[in-house]
Amino acid sequence: MTATDASAFSTVTPIGAAVRRKEDHRFLTGKGRYTDDFSRPGQTFAYFLRSPHAHAAIRSIDVSAARAMPGVVDILTGADLAEDKIGDLICGWMIHSKDGSPMKMGSHPALAKGKVRYVGDHVAVVIAESLHQAKDAAAAIAVDYEELPVAAGLATAQEAGAPQLHDIAPRNTAFEWELGDRAATEAAFAKAVRVVSLDLVNNRLAPNAMEPRAAIGEYDAGDEAYTLWTTTQNPHVARLVLSAFVGIAPEHKLRVIAPDVGGGFGSKIFLYAEETVCAWASKRVGRPVKWTAERSESFLSDAHGRDHLTHAELALDAGGRILGFRVHTRANMGAYLSTFASSIPTYLYGTLLSGQYDMPAIYCEVDAVYTNTAPVDAYRGAGRPEATFLVERIMEKAARELGEDPAEFRRKNFITKFPHQTPVILNYDTGDYAASLDKAMQMADIAGFPARKAEAARRGRLRGIGYSAYIEACGLAPSSAVGSLGAGVGLWESAEVRVNPTGNVEVLTGSHSHGQGHETTFAQLVSARLGIPIDQVTIVHGDTDKVQFGMGTYGSRSGAVGMSAIVKALDKVEAKARKIAAYLLEASEGDIEFKDGKFTVAGTDRAVPFAEVALGAYTAHKFPTSEIEPGLKEGAFYDPINFTFPAGCHICEVEVDPETGVTDIVKFTAVDDFGVVINPMIVEGQVHGGIAQGIGQALLEGVTYDSDGQLVTGSYMDYTMPRADDVPRFDVGLTETRCTTNPLGIKGCGEAGAIAAPAAVINAMTDALGTEDVPMPATPATVWRICEAQAAARRAAE
Amino acid sequence: MTNLATPASPPKSETVHVSLTVNGKPVTVEVDPRTLLVQLLRDHLLLTGTHVGCDTSQCGACVVLMDGDAVKSCTVLAAQADGASVTTIEGLAAGGTLHPMQEAFRENHGLQCGFCTPGMIMTAVDLVAHHGPGLTEQQIREGLDGNLCRCTGYHNIVKSIAAGAQAMAGGSGSGAKVAAE
Repeated sequence: MTATDASAFSTVTPIGAAVRRKEDHRFLTGKGRYTDDFSRPGQTFAYFLRSPHAHAAIRSIDVSAARAMPGVVDILTGADLAEDKIGDLICGWMIHSKDGSPMKMGSHPALAKGKVRYVGDHVAVVIAESLHQAKDAAAAIAVDYEELPVAAGLATAQEAGAPQLHDIAPRNTAFEWELGDRAATEAAFAKAVRVVSLDLVNNRLAPNAMEPRAAIGEYDAGDEAYTLWTTTQNPHVARLVLSAFVGIAPEHKLRVIAPDVGGGFGSKIFLYAEETVCAWASKRVGRPVKWTAERSESFLSDAHGRDHLTHAELALDAGGRILGFRVHTRANMGAYLSTFASSIPTYLYGTLLSGQYDMPAIYCEVDAVYTNTAPVDAYRGAGRPEATFLVERIMEKAARELGEDPAEFRRKNFITKFPHQTPVILNYDTGDYAASLDKAMQMADIAGFPARKAEAARRGRLRGIGYSAYIEACGLAPSSAVGSLGAGVGLWESAEVRVNPTGNVEVLTGSHSHGQGHETTFAQLVSARLGIPIDQVTIVHGDTDKVQFGMGTYGSRSGAVGMSAIVKALDKVEAKARKIAAYLLEASEGDIEFKDGKFTVAGTDRAVPFAEVALGAYTAHKFPTSEIEPGLKEGAFYDPINFTFPAGCHICEVEVDPETGVTDIVKFTAVDDFGVVINPMIVEGQVHGGIAQGIGQALLEGVTYDSDGQLVTGSYMDYTMPRADDVPRFDVGLTETRCTTNPLGIKGCGEAGAIAAPAAVINAMTDALGTEDVPMPATPATVWRICEAQAAARRAAE
Repeated sequence: MTNLATPASPPKSETVHVSLTVNGKPVTVEVDPRTLLVQLLRDHLLLTGTHVGCDTSQCGACVVLMDGDAVKSCTVLAAQADGASVTTIEGLAAGGTLHPMQEAFRENHGLQCGFCTPGMIMTAVDLVAHHGPGLTEQQIREGLDGNLCRCTGYHNIVKSIAAGAQAMAGGSGSGAKVAAE
């Protein structure tokens, strides 16, 4: 097919075809509709006055001068929230500490009540006729702050005497959680022949979807109903939280629309102060209220990711086989528990510590720690990158300490029999880790590496190679399982397949696409199943007035869970269509076959196409409506029976210039097992993007606060985003073991690159530099210092 | 959509008169002197295809062509565009047919969320104008230094631009053939 061929979409699209994307035309022509592109009649503009202090008591807020400024419509503070009995923002996943106590959730109002806890915390909102006027007026608000001592550092925030953020949480500790069998792990270490230990920092990241967050709240006084356009990955969850917890409006009086959303990477899962305020304030001022983040605001108050300090030990027997794994992690929560923050360093992290390896015993402890920094929550991979980085760094270090080849050391410890129950909850249904390792090694030309390293050395360059054999748990998630682990929601997905009388189809999904290409992949599935051209299928998502309910898109769940719901609805459509076709063909239902878009009486040439059955369903002339209801529309809720387990092997080859500290990624190979792939073009694109983010974490990106809690990396001038000449081209390949627990055999692909890449890069860096101590981000300055120290040590030894 | 929607001109401050050509059409507007070109395009002309992704002229989502050269429209005052001819992403497809660079981005999956895409494509067209159809991968990667993408890892953007450059040289509509694997 060629994309210029107008008939390209007028074909049935099989599963596995690299179908070009249906949504691209509007994005390519400037017709995408992002939240900030919408304007509402009479709209006002919101600007948030943010705390300049990391920790301060608010003695008073005087808005009188600001209120008199030109164009000001209203100025609201936490006192007004209280007046309207608007509730706090919440964290929706309850974690219990090892002593059984529930996590200590500090109060998190959308506008500060008496105290601010991070630079960027929301103090007041100015609503004005123009954004300029709102900003001008905000500068005239007089806030009397009493500055408080700051707990900015994760390493020290739990110490006795550290400044306390929340009275409810002594030692700034939200919870002290454990997972695994402590006694069994101790026993494993007692009989270990060798123990490998590692201390790691998993650096803090700013998600940086290219579209800044935005919101428009509008209140219709006639219907007493709100509409909120906002940049969310899960509009129904946003509505549920706004309704059930924050108390803006009952669900049936609140419509949330997530139109085109320009990337999310987790940061748009959460319910933030700004959209909450826009919705609430629209009733108070009686006009629509619009807010769009400036990038500097995104850096300040979009939830950050990662930020762990970890000590880990791996127990090995005489043959180099793993006996046990022991982990203690401190996870930075920032100043408040964001929507899903508590689940990230716990059930999305500790459960992945077995990696691809047969580990008889694991014990993991995680302390969740408040600091005077922006909240930390899910960012692409969310817990699983942190787990993979730890497992794959310590596996590499163990291989080096044993003097074993890192690939063979991994292979020796691979899980090879499935299903496999790990010591940390998860039960892997299927996988073939040796297959992805072998393919990656072949694609990366491991055999030729020593020669390349020698050639680089002749040029004064240091070459290194690093593996990352990752696993992730995706397809979130079996509802009863996550419920038992503390989730406040179920993690099923919904779908509704509406067949129109003329035979075209609308699919309403609770998933939300913000770059993943659902409008194509989901339509491809329907096209293949019903045998109708893909241009006869429209995917509807992102509007709570259209889609009844859904859990949204994150955790690589839209394929494995969202598409499974569509399959289930399609099953029902086909079942009903068969009954109708039997009447149309005057045959017995049992004799009806459905193939290539036609219902056929088995063994005959009597057939009706799908579109004719659709029309027949709506005319309802040819079947008894006492037996079969007219129409052809079916819905389904699909709840997964297990997580899915994408896995694979990424290999990074670097070349370091010790004179400058500059690292060149000369080759990056990714081999992934995502189960069945619907659209390989889209899957490859997901892998590319994830790898770039992983390389960013490893070499470029790092959120930095100073000891006063001031954000040092507050713009693209200070925070290094990967640019086109920072990353190489990627060599990607696939292996396939079919997921056994969902109807399509899909595992999910959205996060793999970000999960696998950091360990691959740093393992290559440590290999090149000959030291295990290479922190992320390994910037040229950092690498140069390492090289200089090594050179100095060599000189001293001479 | 109505103009109530757009940030109203400040009631009292003086305005400036700007006349320019946008996507081939003459336009005259009265704007607040501090109005940026991107605000003129998005808020006054409702050409929302040009995006704003940062506040430090780093991301390139706002790139348009001004008198044939790529500019970051967040860093140009509307008043500076007086008399200029501006082309935005909405003006690139002639008569409903995608520009070869647009076609190449679609064929090579050079976009995901689409937010950076207009700026990427306008920059790409400018790169081809400066380097010709045979521009190298290194020239493309260096030429994209002012454009950020968080979705694609740039792999398919680079591929798209190489294919689009060839297609632009070969006349319209051949992008898909060049780019086809």
